[in-house]
Amino acid sequence: MSRIGVFVCWCGENIARTVDVDQVAEACGEMPGVRCAQNYKYMCADPGQAMIREKIASERLDAVVVASCSPHMHLKTFRRAAAAAGLNPYRLEMANIREQCSWVHHDKDRATEKAIGIVRTAVAKVRYNHALSPIRVPMTRRAMVIGGGVAGIQAALDIADAGYEVVLVEREPSIGGKMAGLSETFPTLDCSQCILTPRMVEAGQHPRIKLYTYSELESVSGFVGNFEATIRKKTRYVDMAKCTGCGECQKICPLKRNPSEFDFGMGMRPAIFMPFPQAVPARPVIDKKVCAKIVRNGCGLCEKKCAPGAINFKDQDELATERVGAIVVATGYKLYSIGREQPSAKTTGYGEYGYGKYKDVIDSLQFERLISASGPTNGELKRPSDGKIPQSVVFIACVGSRDNAKGLPYCSKICCMYTAKHTMLYKHKVHSGEAHVFYMDIRAGGKGYDEFVRRAIEKDGAKYYRGRVSKITEENGKLIVRGADTLAGVPVTVETDLVVLASAMRPADGVERLAQKLNIGCDEFGFLMESHPKLRPVETNTAGVYVCGACQAPKDIPESVAQASAAASKVMISFSASELTREPEIARIDEQTCAACFACERTCPYHAIERVELRARNGDLIKRAARVNQGLCMGCGTCVSVCPSKSADSEGFTEEEVYAMVEALA
Amino acid sequence: MNFGYYPGCALHGSSDDYEQSIRACLGALGIKLEEIDDWICCGATAAHSLNHKLAIALPARNLALAQRQGCAEMLAPCPMCSGQLLRAGQALASDAALRSEISSIVEAEVNDGPRVLNIIQVFERVGLKALSDAVTKPLKDLKPACYYGCLLVRPPAVVGFDDAEQPQSMEAVVAALGAKPVDWNYKTECCGAGMTMASPETVLELSGKILANAAAHGANCLVAACPMCHVNLDMKQAAIQEYSGARYDLPVYYLTDVVGMALGLSASELGADRHFVLAREA
Repeated sequence: MSRIGVFVCWCGENIARTVDVDQVAEACGEMPGVRCAQNYKYMCADPGQAMIREKIASERLDAVVVASCSPHMHLKTFRRAAAAAGLNPYRLEMANIREQCSWVHHDKDRATEKAIGIVRTAVAKVRYNHALSPIRVPMTRRAMVIGGGVAGIQAALDIADAGYEVVLVEREPSIGGKMAGLSETFPTLDCSQCILTPRMVEAGQHPRIKLYTYSELESVSGFVGNFEATIRKKTRYVDMAKCTGCGECQKICPLKRNPSEFDFGMGMRPAIFMPFPQAVPARPVIDKKVCAKIVRNGCGLCEKKCAPGAINFKDQDELATERVGAIVVATGYKLYSIGREQPSAKTTGYGEYGYGKYKDVIDSLQFERLISASGPTNGELKRPSDGKIPQSVVFIACVGSRDNAKGLPYCSKICCMYTAKHTMLYKHKVHSGEAHVFYMDIRAGGKGYDEFVRRAIEKDGAKYYRGRVSKITEENGKLIVRGADTLAGVPVTVETDLVVLASAMRPADGVERLAQKLNIGCDEFGFLMESHPKLRPVETNTAGVYVCGACQAPKDIPESVAQASAAASKVMISFSASELTREPEIARIDEQTCAACFACERTCPYHAIERVELRARNGDLIKRAARVNQGLCMGCGTCVSVCPSKSADSEGFTEEEVYAMVEALA
Repeated sequence: MNFGYYPGCALHGSSDDYEQSIRACLGALGIKLEEIDDWICCGATAAHSLNHKLAIALPARNLALAQRQGCAEMLAPCPMCSGQLLRAGQALASDAALRSEISSIVEAEVNDGPRVLNIIQVFERVGLKALSDAVTKPLKDLKPACYYGCLLVRPPAVVGFDDAEQPQSMEAVVAALGAKPVDWNYKTECCGAGMTMASPETVLELSGKILANAAAHGANCLVAACPMCHVNLDMKQAAIQEYSGARYDLPVYYLTDVVGMALGLSASELGADRHFVLAREA
């Protein structure tokens, strides 16, 4: 017979007001297997916990039920108390008589009756609870960061500085991401490259950071603490070891007029190129789509010119394998396509703005390049069509953001701020110029942010119109912007030289495929899902995989960096021990009765089912069976519900336990 | 190829030149139009600005008649009419209670009404390649400004046709005829529409801008698909010129006029000789 102790909590008035706790304790005392039943005002407080510990010892209890709040609230507290008294913590159950009873009922008699019923099921269950021990999984103390923008660099440096090795994977030829191309940053107007490039160099030279640029994640297998990542190193045609980064190849390449990806088409680059002079690593790549040697076996000048002989036209994609214990995803964002190509049938685009039709209608990242000192015009603002310095610029906020009819419903968060910054930078470059801004609302929450916008309006004289633009047309070299000023209640027409569209942020291309490879979720817009929006903001639902930066939601540089450090610290916490401890309440499969149908394998959302072969001592195959990978299983119980031979069961919620609960209610 | 045909009030009244043009042009392409027997007004602006139910019931009756007549696709050349018909059809399809109520009001069961087409969609059904092959007199000197007006492509949720802000479908049709459509800015701007009665200056102002922009971009004519727009741009052009002091003398063709001319029809066969700004023989 069991020796169960039941402890009924008043939760101050929270439970005791609606539930007669004396009556509950009295009723519990008579339940089969219950050795003692007590009630107390605050069971979670020290005297309450002491009472539990004392009773476990004095009554030699072998199981405990605490009737109080939700297990989300205090299960850990009470299990710790039980463990301190020498009881296996998994032999303690909670009966939730607060959220599921006292808080939702008024009639005291009936609520008391219900509370007794709830405790009775817990008492019935706890008799069958197995004594479990935490699962230990070996931890490979080495991390992989996917994406080498500011978030990825920050996460990689933090983890590396803590003493662990990091593999940093970036699909572009250089790390640096979007931030490397920005001009100056809000709200301090410090130069983006000046603050980022030292960090890039640091990451490039760090003894514990292994850089894979121009590389993409091919596949991942394994589980937390034990991932094996396959990385595709794309064909660069340049031997990284031999190349010195002298740049002679770029000078001699005759095919100089290819739109630069780094300049978002505002500048040109040769067929062999480094995306920008401060690139890390400072090694060029060859664009195989345009290179004359590769396309039609012509030219080859760079190969002849290269003194160290680093050009290799026979180069092929290579696959590399890395073992890591944790993965940080920091793949960032791209801008919503304003032209006719739409990401989904739901977005119809903004044909009225003439992006793609008028050369002087550009997006905000293109404008960043035009005003950046490292940009194609060396920081002199010249408009794309004729190279004239624009005497007036119209900035349109919320293009694609907050627009259920034509764009995306969410706010892209950073556009209000960078648009204010754009007006300032423009006015600082063209003192006599006019900056006009059409906006919906100004969202400038953040340290020094609203002051910054006020400065753009009040000191630098940007003209703000609260209203949308209905049409942009071009006449005689001028762009005619027609919109509304809803505060003045009048239509506005502005003749201008350049229009900058602050288009919405979307997750980078290919993020959905990456999410599938890592078995993490993304929302309807493709932003990666965090495990809990408030309390687990950088974890994902797959153990050992973390997210940070704009791949999770639109965010600015300070937030991305903060989140990157948060993700890094989570990785470091998991690296703090050589073994990983996991809750043992996961599935197990009885290999004796398993019929090897693998229905569980097909339904398991965490890919936690492995196929094993059971062999006799002489090596003969006895049977095949399914086995649960203890590192991957999250204890959801899907396999239990599909197993036709009833060989799968979840610890903590075994069939035996659940049926006992049901019977107790009958 | 057969289509049901809903002329609407304008094509049997002030814009009967449009009907003449449509019948001549589509006839030359071997298309037969079956006019909906006993059709009534679509409700137009008057109904939908005063009485929502009436604005559904009037077009619903026309849809029911077309359905009874067994037509699967129905041409409604006037964009106001086609918009009202589409809007009513969509309202009825999504609301069973409304459908039964309206069915009892119009004393006819409306189920799957015909697919309502505008004139450009009819040419798209013919096929631009087939159309181009049928051309006998390529319009190589014609530089039209294709004018869509407000309603042909709007509201996008109702008409679901072309890009509401940068439409290209009419340009594709005239290009198939050998003409060189100009790129211009006012193709979806308002001509002033019904304000022509209440506030003539509004029309002179708005339609004046359309003509000015077309001329500035090198157009030697306009091509329209809406009878209302045609009235404002063609009949009112003399008044516009007087009002603004600028001279345009831009002929305003219906889309079927230019297709018909390319097929070898004469201006008088198409009724284009009855326009106010005189049509030039292509």
